[in-house]
Amino acid sequence: MAAVILSATGISKSFGGLCAVDGVDFALEAGEIHALIGPNGAGKTTFVSLLSGRITPDRGQITLGGEEITRLPAHQRVREGIAYTFQITSIYPGLSVFDNVALAAQAHGAKDLHAAVQAALQRVNMADLAAQQAATLSYGHQRLLEVAMGLALKPRVLILDEPTQGLASGEIAGFVALVRSLVPETTVLLIEHNMDVVMDLAQRITVLNHGQVLARGTATEIRANRAVQAAYLGVEDAEG
Amino acid sequence: MKSVALHLGVLVLLVVAQFLLPSYHANNLSRILVLAVFAMGYNIAFGYSGLLSLGHALLFAAGMYGAGMLVHHAGTAALLALLIGTLAGGIMATLVGLLALRTAGVSFMIVTLMFAQVGFLTILYFNGVTGGDEGIALTAPERQFIGLDLTQDAPRFWVALVLFVIALAANLALVRSRFGRVMLAMRENEERSRMLGFNPYVVKLQILVISGLFSGAAGAAYALLFGYIGGSFASVQYSILPMLYVLLGGAATVLGPLLGAGLMFYLIDFASGLTSAYLMVVGAALVALVLFAPKGILGTIRERWLPWLP
Repeated sequence: MAAVILSATGISKSFGGLCAVDGVDFALEAGEIHALIGPNGAGKTTFVSLLSGRITPDRGQITLGGEEITRLPAHQRVREGIAYTFQITSIYPGLSVFDNVALAAQAHGAKDLHAAVQAALQRVNMADLAAQQAATLSYGHQRLLEVAMGLALKPRVLILDEPTQGLASGEIAGFVALVRSLVPETTVLLIEHNMDVVMDLAQRITVLNHGQVLARGTATEIRANRAVQAAYLGVEDAEG
Repeated sequence: MKSVALHLGVLVLLVVAQFLLPSYHANNLSRILVLAVFAMGYNIAFGYSGLLSLGHALLFAAGMYGAGMLVHHAGTAALLALLIGTLAGGIMATLVGLLALRTAGVSFMIVTLMFAQVGFLTILYFNGVTGGDEGIALTAPERQFIGLDLTQDAPRFWVALVLFVIALAANLALVRSRFGRVMLAMRENEERSRMLGFNPYVVKLQILVISGLFSGAAGAAYALLFGYIGGSFASVQYSILPMLYVLLGGAATVLGPLLGAGLMFYLIDFASGLTSAYLMVVGAALVALVLFAPKGILGTIRERWLPWLP
């Protein structure tokens, strides 16, 4: 078994009376593509927000590369190597594509900004769009720009929150190839609704339901898991 | 290259104007240059970084009183007083920023306005030292600046111009730097910037301090060049004026503050010759601006014709 790079132990988060994440244990192994799936409202985005530091947990512990980061603010976690790409595209619409990626590259401390930006843009096949204003890009390109910004941070862990949402099927194929090319240098945590993408990419899968871990395992194991089927089909008691 | 040529051209025009204009207008030009430095400072916070402050009069006054009271009460040399006044603006911005930057948006406007009013009332309260509402007129011996007599028109213009050139160069260098890009990032999408590893609180504090240094330098220079410090410069009007200059000239443009300060100065000059309700004319001009050129003069020119304009 490979070394664990990012782990959560018993983390919980409630909003008012709603327990969005309830005592989740989780371990991300270095160099893997790990998918996080679950029905709407299962707590996936809350869970990765806890990992990335956008919100702080009520209980539990998070470690990165063996060091505890539970209380570390989000911007410092980014500097430690956790990059997060937003579910709803969050770019700088008024700035050029170059400046968008340059901000990520300079945050990482790139010496040669042009080279770093070009390298990140080439990975998503957008090198020729560098001068364009980000707001004028197509939706698919905006999603890819978001990923390029994540790559320019040269993260140890890249968290992709529903990256293929709203992409055309042709774009998805390219995206799958891109994510596969990132490992093992980068570890990828993928939240995804598109099951073809999940089954294609993920070495391991964690299923969340009602804020708790319902199952974890390989794609084959998860596919065969009856509790998972029940959760997705909405049947309360599949065993019965 | 184009941008360097443009800015050098503007400086040449300013120098030529000083020789051609009659004394009254040449003197106005000195005032406009100093006010433009103040507006540049405001523009760094508001135009480039989206920090809408209603309290910049406090930073201007910090520089003005920092320099003015030193030369008046302590007999400090004018150059040293100018430097200390500049620092006073930066220090005041730090103090205000540490607290005000815990808020954002409308709350930030109100908190900065509140701090500025506290400053204004403090100046009035301690009128024994500050001169209060009446202010203090600086004497000729207090206004000797490294051998230049600032009571004379020509030296006054040259000192104002040198200050303006330094501010302009600093402003250009800033907006072209990596930090300049982060300033825009704060304005465009703060949450995204946080998730790229920037600490918004620290970055915004740095921006505010730079803005305060510009404002403090302008306030200090205003005291020394025009020989008067007074409570009215700490009033809310002097928080609004730099905003108007920036909006008129073009937010987030390097030359916008100069253009805005010049036009607004003459608009007020012209309107107050017509009526005592000159602020009404200013108001009408602003409504027209918001309706027809919300990005200001240079902002509109940049959008339509000159995308390279810094």
